[in-house]
Amino acid sequence: MRAADVLRFTAKALRGYSLRTALMLVAIAIGVAAVVILTSLGEGARRFVIGEFTSLGTHLLIVLPGRSETTGAAPPLLGQTPRDLTIDDALALTRIRTVRRIAPIAVGTAAVSFGRRDRDSIVVGSTSEFLTIRHLEVGQGRFLPPADPRRASPVAVIGAKIRQELFGPKKALGGWVRIGDRRFRVIGVLASEGRSIGIDLEEVVVIPVASALTLFNTASLFRILVEARAREVIPQARRSIIETIQARHEGEDDITVITQDAVLATFDRILRALTLTVAGIAAISLVVAGILIMNVMLVAVSQRTAEIGLLKALGAPAHTITVLFVTEAGVLSLAGALLGFMAGEAGSWIIGRAYPDFPVGSPWWAVVAALTVALVTGLVFSVLPARRAAQLDPVQALSRR
Amino acid sequence: MIQLKQICRDFEVGDQQVHALDRVSLDIDRGEYVAIMGPSGSGKSTLLNIIGLLDRPSAGSYILDGENVTTLPDAVQSRIRRDKIGFVFQFFHLVPRLTAAENTELPLVLAGFPPAERRARVDHILEAVGLAERKDHKPDQLSGGQRQRVAIARATILEPAVILADEPTGNLDRASGREVLEVLEKLNRENITLIIVTHDPDIAGRTARQIHIVDGRIDRDIATRRVHEGG
Ligand SMILES: Nc1ncnc2c1ncn2[C@@H]1O[C@H](COP(=O)(O)OP(=O)(O)OP(=O)(O)O)[C@@H](O)[C@H]1O
Ligand SMILES: [Mg+2]
Repeated sequence: MRAADVLRFTAKALRGYSLRTALMLVAIAIGVAAVVILTSLGEGARRFVIGEFTSLGTHLLIVLPGRSETTGAAPPLLGQTPRDLTIDDALALTRIRTVRRIAPIAVGTAAVSFGRRDRDSIVVGSTSEFLTIRHLEVGQGRFLPPADPRRASPVAVIGAKIRQELFGPKKALGGWVRIGDRRFRVIGVLASEGRSIGIDLEEVVVIPVASALTLFNTASLFRILVEARAREVIPQARRSIIETIQARHEGEDDITVITQDAVLATFDRILRALTLTVAGIAAISLVVAGILIMNVMLVAVSQRTAEIGLLKALGAPAHTITVLFVTEAGVLSLAGALLGFMAGEAGSWIIGRAYPDFPVGSPWWAVVAALTVALVTGLVFSVLPARRAAQLDPVQALSRR
Repeated sequence: MIQLKQICRDFEVGDQQVHALDRVSLDIDRGEYVAIMGPSGSGKSTLLNIIGLLDRPSAGSYILDGENVTTLPDAVQSRIRRDKIGFVFQFFHLVPRLTAAENTELPLVLAGFPPAERRARVDHILEAVGLAERKDHKPDQLSGGQRQRVAIARATILEPAVILADEPTGNLDRASGREVLEVLEKLNRENITLIIVTHDPDIAGRTARQIHIVDGRIDRDIATRRVHEGG
């Protein structure tokens, strides 16, 4: 029998039992679509997190007060803060050779008001270096001017949304806002750059670090951002930072240094594992679809007993019967897989449209795996029914009407 | 052409042995027109199935065109069946989703003929059985007689040496039964061996030889003068 004829015969058989065909197509398509959509979500989460971290800069080290035993993988959750991390500590780090620049950071929330409008906002205290280290851009005016970090000064740079809410159509630059119980002059507005690791930069107010410490009435920094001179010297920089602070803290090793790479690698691993897990779970639905194929093909064989007997009487060897039934399952699973692939891609596309910040997109290996698993289960699970058809006794098959 | 020697076919039913055929020996020459008759359960269908290589005898040997085909492997028997034997069944056994032309074409498709040749042959043979107009009809759009003629077209499209018909008119009224029989007899006049299982004495009366089977044994084997329609 010619290959083209096998396909044509198969296509007619599939069309002849259209409900059964449609149900099987849907079963397989759901399995494949599930794999495609779930992996693209997992992959999207991974890319999203990595993107967030990379936006912080890749030569970055983060110094936190308090000792965390879990070596740098996560910020200390329960770590005590035995000693303050001060501006002087931060300045000491600038003397390390492998360090290019630092930005001490103090963070708190405060009421920010202009005239009768006011709102609560995250207030970040830092220095002029913050701009470079965090890759920020200024929309209007300028950023904090370079100055001695120990000196407080009443200037503020505000996020685009804060500007919008407080000033509306009015000119913001040069205006005086009240933050907590102090007054600051607006010298710049951040460009609406979007998000960066947890903080929406459109909704922050940046003031000099010394001003922030006074405002929040504390001596301790929230953290210190350190940019190393190159990626390769990050481990050295890390060691030097720990030594420097230890020397200043009377030999107490009471800080945590997180490197970007370590965090990134951990998140990457976790999210990849997560993606694989959901892909695995979705693949189970493909195996279920495979068992469904087997069931339906078995029903098809008994439904078409007379037809099989007839084909044998007309001279079809057992081998041809097997080929016909396996092809039928193969065509079904291939069509179902393609359908599911398209549905999955459409689903990812819609999710991508609904959440433009979220970089969805199924990895190629997931697509290939889903299609292969669908096709292979289809073929494997059709072998038993096909064999049963091939072994059918033609006399018995034909004796029924 | 067909030589059966001491053919037995036993079935196990529970712990009982049913001798459907008991030491049947039989010679049928090319171009013969034979009726196989006998009471229900006497073994007629079993005999026909063995001649058609759909079933294997429990004992004895079967020589077809000088070749011992009794124990050939399935694949070889399939090929012989395809090339030499045409079946016509009481219940037609057309594939319901295929048209008359497609049903007729089936043996050619299974044998791997190219599409162009298939089309020509199908048109020719449907013309011969008087169904040229009905070639695109599905079986459920055809009458019983028409269905059986499609089945005959299908059985003969590969120009077999023998046609085996198991009660071909059993499901038809008298008029369409006669039509079907005429088509078969026309093929027989073209030197195709025709073996018909029938209960109908009228049909048996038209054949040149009647084999009566009782309890799996040949009871009588009568050669009569062949009566041709209008001849
Ligand atoms: N597959 C089988 N298993 C068991 N017994 C069988 C089988 N096929 C046929 N038989 C038995 O063999 C005997 C002959 O059956 P067969 O079908 O050849 O009879 P028949 O002459 O064609 O009858 P009918 O005129 O009713 O068609 C019967 O007794 C039947 O019960
Ligand atoms: Mg019978």
